[in-house]
Amino acid sequence: MLHIVNKSPTAARSLESCLRMALPGQAVLLIEDGVYAATTGSSSEAQLRAAAGKVKLYALKPDLDARGMSARALDNVTLVDYGGFVDLVAEHGTPNSWL
Amino acid sequence: MKKFMFVNRKAPYGTIYALESLEVVLITATFDQDVSLVFMDDGVYELAKGQQTKDIGIKNFSPSYRALEGYDVEKLYVDADSLKARGLSEQDLLVPVEVLDSAQMAELMAQQDVVLSF
Repeated sequence: MLHIVNKSPTAARSLESCLRMALPGQAVLLIEDGVYAATTGSSSEAQLRAAAGKVKLYALKPDLDARGMSARALDNVTLVDYGGFVDLVAEHGTPNSWL
Repeated sequence: MKKFMFVNRKAPYGTIYALESLEVVLITATFDQDVSLVFMDDGVYELAKGQQTKDIGIKNFSPSYRALEGYDVEKLYVDADSLKARGLSEQDLLVPVEVLDSAQMAELMAQQDVVLSF
C-alpha cells in the first residue's frame, strides 16, 4: 500500500493519522503541502525520523522545489519526481490518500 | 483612510489563498489605504526564499512580495512563534519583515478597521 499525504503537518492531522495506520514496510509519499513534514526544523521532524525506521518515506521533489524547501529535505526521505510517483503507485499498489 | 490588515495563514501552491490574497492586497493599495500584511502559522512559508515552481507547472508568484514596496505596501509582519515552529528565521525570508511576538501581534490586530483573512 502507498500512503499519500498532501497536507501540511501544521495545518492538518493527516500525517499523524497516516503514520498511525501505516504498517511496517509500507510506503508513505509526501506531496503538495505535505512536503513541509520532510524538512529539517519542522515540528514533525522527530515524528518523521521515528517513522523512517518503520515505513519507506518519499517526498515529491517538484513540490519541495516550488516551496523553496529542497535544501532542507530530511536525509532519511527519498526524493522522487512525477515519474517516480508513478513508479511508486505501480510498485506498492492501492494508493491510500490522506486528504 | 482605514487600516486594512491581511492575515495570511496558509502555505503557498497547495491552495490558491496565498496568491489571491496578494491580488487583493495590490488592489487595496491602489485605493491609498493603510495596508499591513501579517504572516502567521503556515502563512510564513509564503515568504520562503528560493521558490522554484517550474516542475509543478504553476507560476512562481513569490517575486511579487518584493514588488509590494512599489505599491507603498511596506508593513509586513511575521509571527515569531510560527517561524520558530517551522525551523525558519528571518534570513530564510525573501523580503524584509518585522518579526513580532504574540502580544505585539494581538495589539496590532486590535488596532485595525478591517481584517481580511486568507
